[in-house]
Amino acid sequence: MAFQTEPYKTQPVPGSGARQADASGENVIRIRHLYKGFGSNQVLADFNLDLNKGQSVAVLGKSGCGKSVLIKCIIGLLQPDSGSIQVFGQEIPSLNHDQLDRIRVRIGFLFQSNALYDSMTIRQNLEFPLRRHWIRVKQQEVNDMVMEALNNVGLGHTVDMMPVELSGGMRKRIALARTLILKPEIILYDEPTTGLDPITGNEISELMVSIQAKYNTSSLVISHDMKCIRKTADRIVVLNTGVAYAQGTYEELKQSQDQQVKQFFT
Amino acid sequence: MKLPGGTQRFLIEAGELSRFTGRFFTEGFRPRYEITELLRQCFIIGYRSLPLVGLTGFIMGLVLTMQLRPSLVDYGVEYELPAMVAISIVREIGPVITALIFAGKIGSSIGAELGSMRVTEQIDAMEVSGTNPYKYLVVTRVFAATFMLPVLVLLGDAIGLYGSYLGVNIRGTTSYSLFYTQVFDALSFSDVFPAFFKSFFFGFAVGIIGSFKGYNSNKGTEGVGRSANSAVVLASIMVFIFDLLAVQITDILGYN
Repeated sequence: MAFQTEPYKTQPVPGSGARQADASGENVIRIRHLYKGFGSNQVLADFNLDLNKGQSVAVLGKSGCGKSVLIKCIIGLLQPDSGSIQVFGQEIPSLNHDQLDRIRVRIGFLFQSNALYDSMTIRQNLEFPLRRHWIRVKQQEVNDMVMEALNNVGLGHTVDMMPVELSGGMRKRIALARTLILKPEIILYDEPTTGLDPITGNEISELMVSIQAKYNTSSLVISHDMKCIRKTADRIVVLNTGVAYAQGTYEELKQSQDQQVKQFFT
Repeated sequence: MKLPGGTQRFLIEAGELSRFTGRFFTEGFRPRYEITELLRQCFIIGYRSLPLVGLTGFIMGLVLTMQLRPSLVDYGVEYELPAMVAISIVREIGPVITALIFAGKIGSSIGAELGSMRVTEQIDAMEVSGTNPYKYLVVTRVFAATFMLPVLVLLGDAIGLYGSYLGVNIRGTTSYSLFYTQVFDALSFSDVFPAFFKSFFFGFAVGIIGSFKGYNSNKGTEGVGRSANSAVVLASIMVFIFDLLAVQITDILGYN
């Protein structure tokens, strides 16, 4: 069997050949037996995942399968029904607000809709997380950090513009710059290329790769864009019916004969 | 026992609003204090509402004077016109009309702004970047609305009385000093203070309801529109309910 199925599941999954996940390196995210539902709709059911330091893992799944719910549980925006989510060894669901904030400084989150603050300029958007976490930082240092983050995404000239004046691709880059400004150790990408044309989507994917190489970040990419996933992910986890249905590299999963996996590669 | 759908929804919403308001009192007085954002909101909510409040106050004073004059002439007490208009404006019409205009402008704007921030994940982004969005967005807006409305009411009253002075002079001649002497002779502490005091509650109602509707907006642009609309309707109703309570309380305290 070419691909690797979810290693912690007790019941065999179609086409499974259970193997232990890659355990090399320091584990930065560790999810075990995660359950999350909304009323009668069970979105995540016994979901397990590991992300090691410096690694890039993509979670692949159909729209509405619970990918965004998963990363919102990781960042603490949603409370899971049960199960364990450890980030840097700390149990996220049991942290209070202040403890969660200290963890969140080390995690970047790129929202699907970019979530730039409409009423602020690009400079103010980038300054916002800095001001919240490092209140006593000098203005000159803030300016330098803002410009460095903007230059990293090639948009230094937009510093005094408003988000509404930018194109979709530029807004995505700015959102990425804002994510990077606190120099996070983990970056969570929620559908980073959705709504972008193929060329811009490709540019964003390349930017993600270069950021990971430059800052040695760990990345969790939520997407169904196979081009983006192929370019950015070391390992792919297929999320299906609430569980990590299968996992492996792009090439391994592409050779799978399992219909649930195969449909993403056709 | 199963309650009818409408009643159940009303009770759920009332419970959620109560919890949202309770959170304001637990989080609003604890650090970290968002002073810069509070001042920015005071500028937006207070200063930028002044032209609208001023215009409506002016028209209100002018029209009220012109409408009252014929009745007072019939009774031969035309000279009481400044006093009557002053008491009407200061005690009731000024605070209520200003609060309703305020609910229309600020309630809808807070509802739509927070609603669109919710839909576009800006509130989530704020939380992820280490900011308590309730404190940053809700507490500042509610405090700004609570403290700015009384100021607007005072200014609206003053402009309304000036409109009344012009109204008096359309069909008669009354000097500026005589008009205002009659106005201040007619007004007492029990006219000014309860009206000023209740406008804090009106401002609080507009701020908290606008924020509640926007903050809990459903996904989608339709939800944003609905939030803005229902914020205005509910805030306007709450203004009248608070007014009803205020008049009962001032009556019990002997201020009427």
